[in-house]
Amino acid sequence: MQNHNLIPLCEIPIGSSARVKKLNTKGGTRRRMLDLGIILNTEVKALQKSPSGDPTAYQVRGAVIALRDEDASEIMVSV
Amino acid sequence: MGLSVEASELNENSAYEIINSANNYVITLSGNPNVGKSTIFNSLTGMKQHTGNWPGKTVATARGEYQYDDKTFTLVDVPGTYSMMASSIEEEVARNFICFGKPHATIIVVDATCLERNLNLVLQILEISSKVVVCVNLIDEAQRKKIKIDLKELSKCLGVPVISSNARCGKGLDELKAAVFGVAEGYIKTKPYRVTYNSILQESADRLKAYVEEALKGSLNSRWVSLKLLEGDTSFLEDLKINTGINLTDDPNIHAALEEEKSALIKNGVDDDNFRDMLVTSIVSEASYIAEKTVIFENSKYNEVDRKIDRIVSSKIFGIPIMLGLLAVVFWITITGANYPSELIASFFSWLETKFSSFFIYLGAPIWLHDMIVLGIYRTLAWVISVMLPPMAIFFPLFTLLEDLGYLPRVAFNLDNFFKKACAHGKQSLTMCMGFGCNAAGVIGCRIIDSPRERLIAIITNNFVPCNGRFPTLIAIAIIFYGGVKKGGFAAIIPVVVVTGIILIGIVMTLLMSKLLSKTVLKGLPSSFTLELPPYRKPQVGKIIVRSIFDRTLFVLGRAVSIAAPAGLIIWIMANVEVGQISILDQCASFLEPFAHLIGMDGYILMAFILGFPANEIVLPIILMSYTSAGSILEYESLAKLGGLLTSNGWTGLTAICVMLFSLMHFPCGTTLWSIKKETGSMRWTVLSFVLPTVMGITACLIVTGIFRLFGWA
Repeated sequence: MQNHNLIPLCEIPIGSSARVKKLNTKGGTRRRMLDLGIILNTEVKALQKSPSGDPTAYQVRGAVIALRDEDASEIMVSV
Repeated sequence: MGLSVEASELNENSAYEIINSANNYVITLSGNPNVGKSTIFNSLTGMKQHTGNWPGKTVATARGEYQYDDKTFTLVDVPGTYSMMASSIEEEVARNFICFGKPHATIIVVDATCLERNLNLVLQILEISSKVVVCVNLIDEAQRKKIKIDLKELSKCLGVPVISSNARCGKGLDELKAAVFGVAEGYIKTKPYRVTYNSILQESADRLKAYVEEALKGSLNSRWVSLKLLEGDTSFLEDLKINTGINLTDDPNIHAALEEEKSALIKNGVDDDNFRDMLVTSIVSEASYIAEKTVIFENSKYNEVDRKIDRIVSSKIFGIPIMLGLLAVVFWITITGANYPSELIASFFSWLETKFSSFFIYLGAPIWLHDMIVLGIYRTLAWVISVMLPPMAIFFPLFTLLEDLGYLPRVAFNLDNFFKKACAHGKQSLTMCMGFGCNAAGVIGCRIIDSPRERLIAIITNNFVPCNGRFPTLIAIAIIFYGGVKKGGFAAIIPVVVVTGIILIGIVMTLLMSKLLSKTVLKGLPSSFTLELPPYRKPQVGKIIVRSIFDRTLFVLGRAVSIAAPAGLIIWIMANVEVGQISILDQCASFLEPFAHLIGMDGYILMAFILGFPANEIVLPIILMSYTSAGSILEYESLAKLGGLLTSNGWTGLTAICVMLFSLMHFPCGTTLWSIKKETGSMRWTVLSFVLPTVMGITACLIVTGIFRLFGWA
């Protein structure tokens, strides 16, 4: 769990979990993420990709939320 | 979502009307999306509901009534939201109702299988209002997944009554009513949980609170309003001014105090952006803490079944085929299942017509009046009902079944990438699904898309999916010209393939047009996309049938009937009033003939599409009426007869294709256009919604006709 080892959420392998360390988004997108409970240290698990590979479904606080890669890439996590 | 009553005519009733009436409790029903809020609403209010708009906003709030202890409770169903931070119109409406609608109590419906995320909203509402009852719904689902919730502890934590329910079978609703009554009357005392924020925020808010309290005169929670001031939530402050007349920003004391606190915050490194972050972080972590104390997951793999299903229905290989397969099955059941009842209803109407007719003659009504009413209005109505009712009564329950199962969000998940490439929103696939039922409902359903640009795209292109009014035409033509009637067995599949093909063309056109729009008049980057995939649920088949018949089938049918009746009259007049010994209808048709010929049709067909503007379902009957020059719409007998009539009037394979294409792509019906005008508030987008599909339809027909004639196929 080291902070200097941050990767974008969209890069974690399916089936693995990671902790949110930083949100790079601003404005409406950031608000939406926060509303869904994606805050500092939230555990997020990548569940599966949609048939065409994007978006990806993540488990966040007991709910399943699909995010597009371009949005998930703004969420920095540590594995 | 759904084509529920919310999709019906929106009246402009003020939200305050109900509040001022005496002896009536106003209860807000709020909660996250997908928690069974509407099931609770329906179970509590039964059929006694009506819709209205929040003043000045185009978001409908459904209202209904129920009785308890001889008192009337008006339940206001505000839009489902994840938060009260008002980042969308829905959230603003929900927040404003709780803040300014002065409800006697607020029910917050939460999903027992996903309590932690739901508590986020609960804590936010508890900040605003103390008269709250939390309803932990879907408790049976939670038990099935071995999720245990300590309701007593939860109630102790939150300081408000907590009721568990399973609205689908009515469990817990009596307790809910009792608790709501208690809270509204005030004999159940609540002590709502208040979030402890970061001390820097909290202290600032506390200092500001003293001034705010004075200005608010107890009308709202002053700590929460102070936080809103610090946050710089201008939309809330504006709404506060509009609804209560309290103008906080102009108050010199508050203004001075606010400036002071803001600079103090900035000194501590808190700017506007991370202020909100800190607020939300406190709320989310406290929600997580409460959930930890009250929820026990006895089986850590509680949602494994859902994931397994997801892995199949959204798999790389099977995802799309399963979806198309389901679509085809739904249409196949609708097509084959609707035939028999259609003929049955038609023969009933035909029997009724003779009775109706002799009744008129008995009254001694003049012949022209008899013809106008019986042959003009009655027959049009009879046609619309016998052609539309059976497919709708089959299609809507099937669609609702998929919705109820939780499958529809998976459709959006599977298809999002296509929509992303078209610079549109994945949820557009859901509004398209609604469009299959009724485009007007689909247009209104576009409210589920929270980014304005993507929402407009979805509204303008919704007409590219054929609605229920166009289905009967498509299906009838497909069956007549592609074999279903003559041969049995395997051949019955061909019309299904043809209809599915037409729908696919519609979907491809939707995507192309969405792309075109976002490259031209609606330029912009796709905004963020979040889509919840809710747990699968066991559908309540009985309820589905009842609700989809009442909410959707009868609603759409009622509208069609009310449009078809006057249209039937006008068409009858056009067909029977002669100018220079030729009826108006014939004259119009021969005027249109040259152009219609170019696009593979004839003047009567084009005329029928124009006359069908009020309701697409009467296009085919008008065509038949013109061919038989009967001066009135024929009685519907059977598809085989209908086919014979069409071919004897020069219909070929080309005509069939062009009619189907034009039916798929032409101007939206009157109701849909009216909805577009209402939803977009702009004449420009309404006109575009009219022109775009029409131009595309004419172009497609021109090309097909050109190819057919070039190769000598027609």
